[in-house]
Amino acid sequence: MIKEIDLYARQKRLAWFLIAPSVLVVLIIIAYPTIQVFVYSFMKYKLDGVTPPSFVGLDNYSFVLTDPDWWSAVINTLIFTFVSVILESVLGLAIAMVANSKFKGRTILRVAILVPWAIPTVVSSKVWQWMVNDIYGVINIVLADLHIIPQKIAWLATPATALPVIIAVDVWKATPFMALLLLAGLQLIPKDLYEAGSIDGANKVRQFWAITLPLVTPTLLVALVFRTLDALRVFDIFYVMVGGKGGLETMAVYNQQQLVSFLDAGVGSATSVIILIVIMLFVILYTRFSRTSFE
Amino acid sequence: MNNYQLPSYGRILPRCILAAVAAVFMPAALHAGATIHFAGPAGGAELDFTKKVAEEWAQKTGNTVQMISRPNDTTQALQQFQQYWSARSGDVDVYQVDVIWQGICAPHAVDLKKYYKDDELSQYFPRIIENDTVKGKLVSIPWFVDAGILYYRTDLLKKYGYTGPPKTWEELAEMAKKIQDGERKDGKSDFYGFVFQGKSSETVTCDAIEWVVSFGGGTIIEPDKKISINNPNAIKALETAKSWVGTIAPSGVVTYDEEPSRNVWQSGNAAFMRNWPYAYALGQDPKSPISGKFDVTVLPKGGADGKNAACLGGWQLMVSAYSKNADVAADLVKFLSSPEIQKRRAIELSQLPTRPSLYTDSDILAKNGWFKNMTEVLPNAVARPSTVTGADYNQISTAFFQNVNQVLSGTESAQDAVKNVEKVGKRLMH
Repeated sequence: MIKEIDLYARQKRLAWFLIAPSVLVVLIIIAYPTIQVFVYSFMKYKLDGVTPPSFVGLDNYSFVLTDPDWWSAVINTLIFTFVSVILESVLGLAIAMVANSKFKGRTILRVAILVPWAIPTVVSSKVWQWMVNDIYGVINIVLADLHIIPQKIAWLATPATALPVIIAVDVWKATPFMALLLLAGLQLIPKDLYEAGSIDGANKVRQFWAITLPLVTPTLLVALVFRTLDALRVFDIFYVMVGGKGGLETMAVYNQQQLVSFLDAGVGSATSVIILIVIMLFVILYTRFSRTSFE
Repeated sequence: MNNYQLPSYGRILPRCILAAVAAVFMPAALHAGATIHFAGPAGGAELDFTKKVAEEWAQKTGNTVQMISRPNDTTQALQQFQQYWSARSGDVDVYQVDVIWQGICAPHAVDLKKYYKDDELSQYFPRIIENDTVKGKLVSIPWFVDAGILYYRTDLLKKYGYTGPPKTWEELAEMAKKIQDGERKDGKSDFYGFVFQGKSSETVTCDAIEWVVSFGGGTIIEPDKKISINNPNAIKALETAKSWVGTIAPSGVVTYDEEPSRNVWQSGNAAFMRNWPYAYALGQDPKSPISGKFDVTVLPKGGADGKNAACLGGWQLMVSAYSKNADVAADLVKFLSSPEIQKRRAIELSQLPTRPSLYTDSDILAKNGWFKNMTEVLPNAVARPSTVTGADYNQISTAFFQNVNQVLSGTESAQDAVKNVEKVGKRLMH
């Protein structure tokens, strides 16, 4: 009896010993910086290497929350997130179903759809920026030659046209990711369900609504969470295509401007904390929603 | 059985240590000269020229120069440099820094006064030396100076019956419209009257301060810290500029910085362009379609009682306070800004020297005759409010360029724009 307890304690000690390096790494690279950001968010702290930091309470938060630029950034981010994630899910599912059906050249198609996802965002954003150039861009030239638009459009000049263009580029880029995840989900659906369905006289459309969609939903939800959280943090597409344009900032671009352009670690950290809270809200919403849908 | 002996660690270890020590110190002993890391021009002809002359210095002194790349965009370059500086990094010894950064650079720069005698400094434009001196410290040495100028197509002006360049912005708009209409009728559907820099970045701060000053609307924040931007003349200037976008200038001009506007101009698709002097040499290149078909002059006045305004720009050389080879770095800086190198720079790159004496140099004038007009422009060039705002300059400029860009894009009224800039100014200058 006593021996057994000893053994248990020894094993427990060994366990702690074995996980200690991981715990240490997590503490150093996640806990420490996160706590640091919280601390800085209550301080006036300029990174100019001259002014010493000082405690200012909630000043940084009240500055961000009363800044109209911040709220316009929030609205832009939300519009971008909702529209792009919905389009990516619908198109992703369609592409996944095509890729899942049997036909010649399926492997090539599966590889080909991944190309936009494989190109670094900065590169593809720059390429798209040239393609939508107002005078020399290929998109304007094609559309004008086909008389679809009466004259060439400066797509990135105003938010009214720039935001749709940016969303389109993101959809082009991130749809393959959705398609890939959903393809994995589709492959898990047993084929005999479809056989049973067709014996019972269900046509393809009915099979989609009654078999495919319910069974792919768990995968779809996971993919949605990934894409939504990604989209809420969007930075590179906006920064490269319309960098610094007023009225076309996202939460992350606003944060970068405060921290990197203005070297204001106080306001920058407060912005980071607020973004963290916004993203947490979405996580809570999703977990609530996915729980009710499974019960 | 096995008779061979393993070498004992007692004998081998000291040798290893010796070898390691030698490996670390030998290269230093072999190369007498230092390696100077130079964050110079971003690219193009300027980088090629700089590499060439820096190599000459390296050959002469037995040192090595390593170029460090930087973003082309001024604002982004500053962000990168500020990260080096706040980390007190000695990885870069010499920086090419903008005329507006002096307040930001000051704590991170070596005082160059100890490398220059007073009579050496008096050979530079006093205006720029004054700009580069922060609280008695010579932060950087002027390398070349920039000023906004008006480029115009002499052939087209003649074709449409004009005898000279426009005197006011109103005249410019009128001429640009007539030429644009005429050229488009001749089948050049991509022809525009006027191109400038409207991108939401430091570049439009330069263009817009010229418009505002030419209409008598002040310089955003005056040297006495008075925030002046919210005034009727400034509003009129911004509204005038707004009226060009989509009429005589492409709607996309609000996304252009220097190079996109030069692309339109140099392909022969614009009658007028506002740009820096660098575009002159490139446009007169024998391979350029507009070679020999254009000239440059001062920017127009804002109305008959307005004035000609040119934004003061230009780049300086600074030695990092964190450099381990500051003396060698300062020698490179002295070499690069010497009369000989500045003269070659003026001839090869058409960039304006920071030494007044070079404006009467016959070799330079033979290549760039228009330099002699610049002696009127430069002493009156308009400085952006970087001295009065110091390290906060980036914030006031960002507020200004974002709001001006929104006026040009048609998403904000000029009245609201100047009010927003005023608000940011008041917060910074309180």
